[in-house]
Amino acid sequence: MGLYFKYLSILFKSQLQYRTSFWLLTFGQFFIPFSVFAGLYFMFERFGQLRGWSFYETALCFAIIHMAFSLSECFARGFDAFSSLVAGGEFDRVLVRPRSTVVQVLGSKFEFTRFGRLLQSAIILVWALYNLPIEWSIAKVITLLLMVASGVLIFTGIYMLAATLCFWTIQGMEVANIFTDGGREMAQYPLNIYQKWVTVFFTFIIPFGCVSYLPLLYILDKVHGNEILYMLMPLAGVLFLLPCILVWQLGVRHYRSTGS
Amino acid sequence: MQNERGPYLISLQGIGKSFKVARRSAGLRQAAKALFVREHAIVKALDEISFSIHEGEIVGYIGPNGAGKSTTIKVMSGILVPDSGSCSIMGYTPWKDRAAYVKHIGVVFGQRSQLWWDVPVIDSYELLRDIYKIPAETYRANLNMLVDTLGLHNLINTPVRQLSLGQRMRCEIAASLLHSPKILFLDEPTIGLDAVSKIAVRQFIKTINKEKGVTVILTTHDMSDIEALADRILMIGKGALLYDGTLSELRSRFGTHRTITVDFRECLQPVDIPGVILLSWTPERALYSLDTEHVSIASVISQLSELVEIIDVAIETKPIDEIIVQLYKEHQI
Repeated sequence: MGLYFKYLSILFKSQLQYRTSFWLLTFGQFFIPFSVFAGLYFMFERFGQLRGWSFYETALCFAIIHMAFSLSECFARGFDAFSSLVAGGEFDRVLVRPRSTVVQVLGSKFEFTRFGRLLQSAIILVWALYNLPIEWSIAKVITLLLMVASGVLIFTGIYMLAATLCFWTIQGMEVANIFTDGGREMAQYPLNIYQKWVTVFFTFIIPFGCVSYLPLLYILDKVHGNEILYMLMPLAGVLFLLPCILVWQLGVRHYRSTGS
Repeated sequence: MQNERGPYLISLQGIGKSFKVARRSAGLRQAAKALFVREHAIVKALDEISFSIHEGEIVGYIGPNGAGKSTTIKVMSGILVPDSGSCSIMGYTPWKDRAAYVKHIGVVFGQRSQLWWDVPVIDSYELLRDIYKIPAETYRANLNMLVDTLGLHNLINTPVRQLSLGQRMRCEIAASLLHSPKILFLDEPTIGLDAVSKIAVRQFIKTINKEKGVTVILTTHDMSDIEALADRILMIGKGALLYDGTLSELRSRFGTHRTITVDFRECLQPVDIPGVILLSWTPERALYSLDTEHVSIASVISQLSELVEIIDVAIETKPIDEIIVQLYKEHQI
């Protein structure tokens, strides 16, 4: 973990070499999800509510998923942009260094401009929380933090799976975007508004529901039954990441036996 | 030989490696077809490669492009797992104990940088110190030694992207030696360098080999690298080891040919000497080629001096490059 921060600091220094481009990109990232959020806003303006969810409740869901997404794009960019590492042969370098491949790949790239996006989502989060009549408790705060943290893990897991595919295809797989961008677009709304199979997929296969919809029910006091269960739902993100790491290790083994 | 110098540091036994390569045919139609069905061919990159290297040797690993040099280096550095054979380096099997093994080796890929592009070189070195967990004391000593011998004083505070290729290569080599490796793999370390940098790099490789006892394995296409550095040559072609021996052995095997250039006072009549090939004749200069196993240089010159008035004689051995080309030809690679 210490090494990860060393990578972080050297790449941050590199980023500072290109300040203008950094600010422009950050600025752009701030506004990209804006249009999406505007769509959300106008929809609620027109319909008032969505299956029992108010505008601010949905905005909270939106903010959490987008925060998790921008954090993962910043801090797990190495896996997200892994195809260039393989195609350029740089992965060989990773293998001749005495550290785990996961840390080294994570440390190979950071996308600091995603802070623009993070900031935008954070503003929406604060705005939504300010307007929601939530009775706060320590447990709820922890749950909220867990939701974001765990969301980061899920996105990271998907990047890892996509990166693993690069060992076979060399080129990046756009397929993975269905799950990252698609998952983000889906999970920014409460999952119960969708068809049953969509809900099931994003709860049990890629557990976005476990970091947004389900724990939100707890925070918004909509739970009937075991509150602890809902509160701990975000831990599913950890459960999701573990098999991803295993699959990654398999990919590395494949790479080392084929060299492609 | 083994008894003289102790056990081998590196020992490869029957290493084999095949790759599955997609076969491509020309034409749009074939390309479209290849989107759905792909034909594969098995290419043998390494075929039963065996050799051993002692501690402290400098070994030049040569062969034409695609011969399997890089594959061998990748196997030895633990990147690739071979299909067959065994490899023991310092008691490790590289691909099995990757993390433990790579601490002891340094690898320079001439074409790819291991330094972080936008930050000063010293920042990269400090990150490498953390990656390799180099003790502070060792790091400082190694850094000082490398900066002094490679003349990096003015370079290490410069961002890598502002360095020339030659400067960068010196920094790269230093980077791969910070953790005091026992073995250094150099994959084309002098590629694209100017004469001054080339000589500096060679000089340095010699120095660390002598003073630190680092075993060096280098691949190159530049035979002058080999002449300047390598005690021993391994030549590979089409995945098989074709030659293993010293440069002087190689020379004496192929190097009995000499070219003699003779300048003389004007003489219009070409002089033929039995057993010697006359390559060219102008009224003032002649070029002969001969094999010293059949004809001695002395007899050629004495025969010539009887017929023409010699002003100057130059005798040249075949350049090492030509010997290598001849060797490649002999093995049809």
